[in-house]
Amino acid sequence: MATVAEVSIDRGEDKRQRRWHILVFLLPALLVYTAVMILPLIETLRLSLFNVKDGQSAFVGFGNFQVLFGDPRWAASFWNALGNNFIFFLIHMLVQNPIGVALAALLSVPKLRFGAFYRTAMFLPTLLSFVIVGFIWKLILSPIWGVSPYLLDLVGLKSLFSPWLGKPDTALIAVSLISVWQYVGIPMMLIYAAMLNIPDEVLEAAECDGVTGWSQFWKIKLPLILPSIGIISILTFVGNFNAFDLIYTVQGALAGPDGSTDILGTLLYRTFFGFQLQIGDKSMGATIATVMFLIILSGVCLYLFAIQRRMRRYQF
Amino acid sequence: MAKPTASPIRTGFVHLALGAYTLVALFPVFLTVINSFKDRASIFRDPLGLPTPSTFSLVGYETVLKQGDFVLYFQNSFIVTAVSIFFVLLFGAMAAFALSEYRFRGNTMMGLYLALGIMIPIRLGTVAILQGMVAAGLVNTLTALILVYTAQGLPLAVFILTEFMRTVSDDLKNAGRIDGLSEYSIFFRLVLPLVRPAMATVAVFTMIPIWNDLWFPLILAPSDATKTVTLGSQVFIGQFVTNWNAVLAALTLAIVPVLVLYLVFSRQLIRGITSGAVK
Repeated sequence: MATVAEVSIDRGEDKRQRRWHILVFLLPALLVYTAVMILPLIETLRLSLFNVKDGQSAFVGFGNFQVLFGDPRWAASFWNALGNNFIFFLIHMLVQNPIGVALAALLSVPKLRFGAFYRTAMFLPTLLSFVIVGFIWKLILSPIWGVSPYLLDLVGLKSLFSPWLGKPDTALIAVSLISVWQYVGIPMMLIYAAMLNIPDEVLEAAECDGVTGWSQFWKIKLPLILPSIGIISILTFVGNFNAFDLIYTVQGALAGPDGSTDILGTLLYRTFFGFQLQIGDKSMGATIATVMFLIILSGVCLYLFAIQRRMRRYQF
Repeated sequence: MAKPTASPIRTGFVHLALGAYTLVALFPVFLTVINSFKDRASIFRDPLGLPTPSTFSLVGYETVLKQGDFVLYFQNSFIVTAVSIFFVLLFGAMAAFALSEYRFRGNTMMGLYLALGIMIPIRLGTVAILQGMVAAGLVNTLTALILVYTAQGLPLAVFILTEFMRTVSDDLKNAGRIDGLSEYSIFFRLVLPLVRPAMATVAVFTMIPIWNDLWFPLILAPSDATKTVTLGSQVFIGQFVTNWNAVLAALTLAIVPVLVLYLVFSRQLIRGITSGAVK
């Protein structure tokens, strides 16, 4: 903060003249950001209150939302997508983040050899596009190729294999786990960074008191990395409620089988853009986008005001 | 520092666990790459075997290069990514400089306004973005993608670069001012070269989501002439589902540029994440 104070003193004599350069520096970013991101976002929110009546756009208030939540044609697929999206998010929270924390804890073992190699290798899937990841796993899980049954046979579990992606009751879990496989790298890296920031003195003090190994992880390290876990949770939340690409690649726009992997992103795509016999519907598309916006916004607000405020910050 | 806990058995278990997960992370990629060099029969007979002289075949690559316009798709992806990164870095650094260097009314509000986009995905505005692009006649042009990706990348870039530019010494800038440099020269000649490491981090963070994006190419630029490599391989693989050689070859071709870039930039990227650039 000293910087700002000094600058204001140094720049004090500028008060009389207009400082056009500030505007010049800010303008390009502001223009592009406002025109391509903020205004369309506001316009989308506005469009959700309008619908076509007698060939003309007309204000319908919350009519579109009533249709989305209550009309039999829409409500079933909307609640299905919303429910699936929560399951999708839950699987990420329960599988991706614990694995990420565990890998980070292992990576931060002092004097670990090949640490850089492990980090680089385990982060690789995160960089691949959904298209690559989706198709690779589609091939691996395909009963035609037989790689998965073969691998399961090696550990004597061949009887467990089934075409998971093709069955309505397992498809969502399978797709979620593919996404987990891809994104484990992010929690791993962020937690790893947080663990590196724990000062050695704290850990040494713990060791002097006989707190080592597991109990050291649970009692010392985990409380210290809680803020990072909070950040990861909100990143996961935003990412999951905005997901589309992976499901589109693996299961197609219909998010089959039988809509069992349909989430809000794929529903938005089909509604807005149309698919096969369904004609694209701008108003309902905007309505779904608005619902997604409100869900993400409430998640972010909950994080900023409720969780982050209460989290204790440790200063070293 | 000698840790009493670092017994060989424990270290062994740590390596076992990390090695096992490394295998899980790399195996699918490895499997795809080796099988793309085999003939159809041996892809199915022995999926885990390395290609041998008798099973080696490039038939998949021949199909891909004959049927798909992959060179064009690569070119499109490259143009979109490079131009977007250029504008994100230039505009982002300029805005970050204004926010970190000058005190003016609304500075904090401006910072918050620009930071909004870090958490709210631009995808939610798609309905109106498409409408705007149609009105501007930009549908099926690379310009549309570049505009969207520039807007998408700016919030994080401004945020990271503002934090970084606060650390640039004031004495240096004031010395420049005394020597009669304009504010523009101070930015371009003094500050920009000093924040180069942060710019590299931002570039890597910006690049990955742009290169991998499927949503906006699918909606804004699905024509054959403007397909990016992500959309191109998606469509290509969709058409050739039953031609396993071609699918595996297309996947391998799509992985290779990412892999090369990653090997070149992995230290930069990992240092960027672990130094707390994204918080």
